Amino acid sequence: MAKLTIEDLKRIKEQVKKDTALREGGATVKITVHMGTCGIAAGAREVMDALLQEMAETDRQDIRVVTSGCMGMCSSEPNVTVEVQGHDPVVYQGMDANKMRQVFKRHVLLGEVQTDFALARMKEESPEEGSAEQET
Amino acid sequence: MRELALHIMDIIENGINAGAGLIRLNIQEDRRKNRLRITIQDNGRGIPREILDKVTDPFFTTRTARRVGLGLSLFREASKRCGGEFKIDSRPGEGTTVEATFQMDHIDLAPMGDLTGALTTLMMGSPEVDFLYTHEIDGRRFVLDTREIRETLDGVPLNNARILKFISDMIEGGVEEIRGLQEKGGEGIED
Repeated sequence: MAKLTIEDLKRIKEQVKKDTALREGGATVKITVHMGTCGIAAGAREVMDALLQEMAETDRQDIRVVTSGCMGMCSSEPNVTVEVQGHDPVVYQGMDANKMRQVFKRHVLLGEVQTDFALARMKEESPEEGSAEQET
Repeated sequence: MRELALHIMDIIENGINAGAGLIRLNIQEDRRKNRLRITIQDNGRGIPREILDKVTDPFFTTRTARRVGLGLSLFREASKRCGGEFKIDSRPGEGTTVEATFQMDHIDLAPMGDLTGALTTLMMGSPEVDFLYTHEIDGRRFVLDTREIRETLDGVPLNNARILKFISDMIEGGVEEIRGLQEKGGEGIED
């Protein structure tokens, strides 16, 4: 493989800057990959890898990916929470790379909740903790 | 954990959750001494002395979401069962250092696995955190410092997919180079 240089990085940066300038605006979708010890052991990194590939292929600049710790439901890891602006957050369970691709393509991009892997729909921004509402 | 990279990722996550702005990861492979050393240092809030003795107890955690805390205890056990040693040192307000050694030819030693993927995953989830990753193989060294990359980026976030791809290629190429040279009997590259 040819050695990467700082010039390569500068070129990529200029391209990214140009693309971003065309589509300014805040994030409207937030995807949280839960990466406690349990999530990592269950395969959260592969889920994140798949998400990274999907992100690289989309033009959407309004999607934010974050990681967080364990949410206490270790047996259903890897868990991923998708929050689309104006809708209740949805927690997905037992995720793998393929399920992540499907959730990204269908829920994140098209707004169709993938109920087959959904664990719960959370009440949005409730002041009290633990307001998960079991849905499936 | 089926890969050492997953342990590393888990311990680094601890540091990030403790508010670290800089994570130093040092991996030393010394084949003559048959020793692998992994050191993870963060500048997070540190662990109070009264808790430090308990953090490798699997039934201790400061979290309230669940009652077990397995990350450090699993890493310590992995090292112990491979004839290695495990140390954790922490100063409140300054940060925490975790160091584990392993006997490289031990039959129970898990493969390193996808360390590049682990690091880029961490960068994607926590783009505000800097990483100083040093990998040494028999004295040859590869260094990745995201602070330098960030300077070049001029405000473009580290977790842009194309930037992460660049970082990923850089790590893969760099580590392959120090490993490959050594296996061929090695002509020097600059440290």
